Amino acid sequence: MNQLQQRNRSLLMKLLAGTVLMFGFGFLLVPLYDVFCNITGLNGKLQNTGALTRDYAIDGQREVRVQFLAVNNESMPWRLRPEQAEISVHPGEMMQTAFRALNPTSRDMVAQAIPSVAPSEAAPYLHKVNCFCFEQQPLGAGDERAMQLVFMVDDQLPKYITTITLSYTLFDITPESSPVSGIAVEPARSVL
Amino acid sequence: MGSLEQTVHSTGHHGPASGITRWLYTTNHKDIGTLYLIFSLTMFFIGGCMALTIRAELFQPGLQLVRPEFFNQMTTSHGLIMVFGAVMPAFVGLANWLIPMMIGAPDMALPRMNNWSFWILPFAFFMMLSTLLMEGGGPNFGWTFYAPLSTTYAPPSVTFFIFAVHMMGISSIMGAINVIATILNMRTPGMKLMDMPLFVWTWLITAFLLIAVMPVLAGVVTMMLMDIHFGTSFFDAAGGGDPVLFQHVFWFFGHPEVYIMILPAFGVVSEIIPTFARKRLFGYTSMVYATASIAILSFIVWAHHMFAVGMPLAGELFFMYTTMLIAVPTGVKVFNWVATMFRGSMTFETPMLFALAFVVLFTIGGFSGLMLAIAPADFQYHDTYFVVAHFHYVLVPGSVFAIMAAAYFWLPKWTGHMYNESMGKLHFWLSFIGVNVTFFPMHFLGLAGMPRRIPDYALQFADFNMVATFGAFLFGFSQLLFVYNVISCIRSGKQATDKVWEGSHGLEWTLPSPPPYHSFTEPPVFKHPYKENG
Repeated sequence: MNQLQQRNRSLLMKLLAGTVLMFGFGFLLVPLYDVFCNITGLNGKLQNTGALTRDYAIDGQREVRVQFLAVNNESMPWRLRPEQAEISVHPGEMMQTAFRALNPTSRDMVAQAIPSVAPSEAAPYLHKVNCFCFEQQPLGAGDERAMQLVFMVDDQLPKYITTITLSYTLFDITPESSPVSGIAVEPARSVL
Repeated sequence: MGSLEQTVHSTGHHGPASGITRWLYTTNHKDIGTLYLIFSLTMFFIGGCMALTIRAELFQPGLQLVRPEFFNQMTTSHGLIMVFGAVMPAFVGLANWLIPMMIGAPDMALPRMNNWSFWILPFAFFMMLSTLLMEGGGPNFGWTFYAPLSTTYAPPSVTFFIFAVHMMGISSIMGAINVIATILNMRTPGMKLMDMPLFVWTWLITAFLLIAVMPVLAGVVTMMLMDIHFGTSFFDAAGGGDPVLFQHVFWFFGHPEVYIMILPAFGVVSEIIPTFARKRLFGYTSMVYATASIAILSFIVWAHHMFAVGMPLAGELFFMYTTMLIAVPTGVKVFNWVATMFRGSMTFETPMLFALAFVVLFTIGGFSGLMLAIAPADFQYHDTYFVVAHFHYVLVPGSVFAIMAAAYFWLPKWTGHMYNESMGKLHFWLSFIGVNVTFFPMHFLGLAGMPRRIPDYALQFADFNMVATFGAFLFGFSQLLFVYNVISCIRSGKQATDKVWEGSHGLEWTLPSPPPYHSFTEPPVFKHPYKENG
């Protein structure tokens, strides 16, 4: 019987170790998911952010349409819209544009924009040199501000991609956010 | 750790303690198996009442009986209770009762842990059910609890739900460890792995699946807990997380989980069909390998539940083909069951009827699963009643019928009395008709576009919903026959012989009916049930 207990105990330890290992693996799936998305460019997540690492030749022969979209996550009261809905760019050319944000509420708020690129095959070829989405964006009650975006389309962009859509989803991340108390400014009903 | 030896010694001569402490402190595999089975039956009826609430509300279009918020809590709780409270504990109960008797062991390898793994469960489910009475209501986000429905938009009681899932997970893992230790270390001398009855084999594989994926479920609910209370952003896009990640992690657990619920059923059916066909099982080795292949493949198919989230084409194709690949080992199993019956001298006692219905109806569920596996077609079927029809066909006439078959098959062995055969047959036919009347029309509803998890529906779905509700009430109330039959079988009935069935084989039938409190104090002589005629 003692020998059996010994075997049961060692098997129990192995199986418990397996359990702990699989619990860890569950959490490992989180970074693995990001790595997988980065390698494949799935999910439209951007990888090329910050200063450029090499020189790019401007391909004056080719034009790519870049469209801008901004949507609010549920319950986010800000107005965010691109200054230009669409620009034509040459690959390799550095471009600057801006999004105008308005906080129509009567309290100071902080927002975070989350970008996404469609089609996802284009995601590895869109370089963002500077973007308001890199940082949290505070905006006082009733304030309006232009938020800058500097980007470049890679000269290696596959030929079949002629249009890239860059969309931002704006999230309210104001600490201890309470329901919107009131409206300070009536937002202008501009047409996009 | 000395508990096995101690319990055998302390109870070997004078049997179990009396009164409630027998059940509270028991470390006996038969007592714990009984507790699991009673618990499972209780949960089956609680979950069944929820199902009937759902079906009653859907009897006619419009809102009649319950508010939509409560309807959502019913669909969610019904799913959670049936999966974690009814089907899984029933199979653990069968494992407890049968595995030691089938492999010639005196008890389970880790009897105290066995007690613990059972007694966690009632508390876990008490906690989960109590959330229905809390402010804001119980879980209302579907049994799959997708974030952000279960995080940002969840009712405040979600924390209780998370802890309940943790407790169920711990219970299942301990049960699985016990099964593996028993099977690997306690087989009677001479019984090699490839000599084991198929029920033991399927449970061994299921136990490894449980150990592999229950911790992942614990991980995903822990991430939810941290998102809700500790400011992390695993599933919150505003903080850099991703709600789709939740679905990936959940289904990495969820798909092996569906095989956890069906593999022991395969084992049960593989015991019953040879008995009543009076032939040995056709293709024993291929059965073992098919079960193992299904278990391994179950880890690489999970995203077929999420074809509609916006996966790239390569992903859709990969998960479509791997999913279809599972049909091959499953087909091997169905072929083997049919081949076992071929030219056998079949009789149709209640367990055989349930086993035959299992083979036919589970195959229908498998075929609708193949339809859902076709990625381009799935965009049409996704989240419709077709999905509901599919998984109820594999779970109700699949897993539940196999559990019923097992109960009727081994009940004379467990209690020492024969059950009432005509009442058993009546129970079978009412269940068989009820199940098909309930779930078959749901295929048509789904193909016509009726979405799942809604309390109201468009008028063109009215007729089939009415039919389904009639079937559900027929099925639900005919289960009372089963309860009556089991109770009267425990109390009285014709004395059962040791062998019980003419064609029975395996070590459990060499024991007296009912078996002694400790099955085999001396390791029995093993005679192969499959490789020789016997």
